[in-house]
Amino acid sequence: MTVYDTSAVRTSAVDLNHTGHYLHWGVIQLSVANLVVIGIMIVIFALAVVLPFPKGRGRR
Amino acid sequence: MSGQASTTPEPAEPSWTGAVRGRAVRAFPPDKLLPDRQPSWVASWIYVFGVLSITALLVVLGSGGVLALKGPDWWHLSSIGRYVNALHLWSVELFMAFMVIHLWGKFFMAAWRGRRAMTWITGAIAFAASIGTAFTGYLVQQNFDSQWIATQAKDGLNSVGIGAYFNVLDFGQMLMWHIVLLPAVLGLLVVWHVLLVRRRGVVPPIPLAHAEAESETAPGPEEAAS
Repeated sequence: MTVYDTSAVRTSAVDLNHTGHYLHWGVIQLSVANLVVIGIMIVIFALAVVLPFPKGRGRR
Repeated sequence: MSGQASTTPEPAEPSWTGAVRGRAVRAFPPDKLLPDRQPSWVASWIYVFGVLSITALLVVLGSGGVLALKGPDWWHLSSIGRYVNALHLWSVELFMAFMVIHLWGKFFMAAWRGRRAMTWITGAIAFAASIGTAFTGYLVQQNFDSQWIATQAKDGLNSVGIGAYFNVLDFGQMLMWHIVLLPAVLGLLVVWHVLLVRRRGVVPPIPLAHAEAESETAPGPEEAAS
């Protein structure tokens, strides 16, 4: 049987050794992590609409 | 066979291969299938998210193929296996995020205009297939997370009356859904979606479409003078 070193699984950049943080609005339950991701996606969407696109060849 | 016959989409004699070729070439002439120019309105970052989704999907399929070949021992316990496993996870995260931003952009453009309804529908079904593929991916992690999610999914599927058709507690069945059936469906949908985009073109902005429609219905200078 192969034995692997699992120490890297236990060490992480973020301390994950606790329950997640959740927000509740009535029947809606959302983790803070998911809310942050949704917020980042909305910011990226807004920037994609607003920021100018570099000029390129081959457009009519 | 003459040189002229080889370039003509119409077959010399009736045959199913000739008929399919004729229809394919009429629907997708080479300049439409692989265009080297795009309308000016495509010069916006919001039009980039479709191809970003496809790029992320290719990384998902590549990393998933390696995981399928090497097996759970490798992806859980070896350092390279954990890296490829993480690559698979994060490319899926990016794929879903890019696809949702693509969806938002197309929704606010009303991208189903101009005979593009099937483009919209194939995109929406591809999104649903992606969610199913991602869920079955959670089920084949082979950890406590996947056991918990499987029991929740079992209750969910039973509650909507389709529990008899899927056994989410069966690792083998969910692995096949995850790595064979759903990716095949998703792949076909994505190819169909892209071909429809090529055939119908990228949807013009709403103000431009309005201006074109008004110029078509408005009388010309001579017609107006008479």
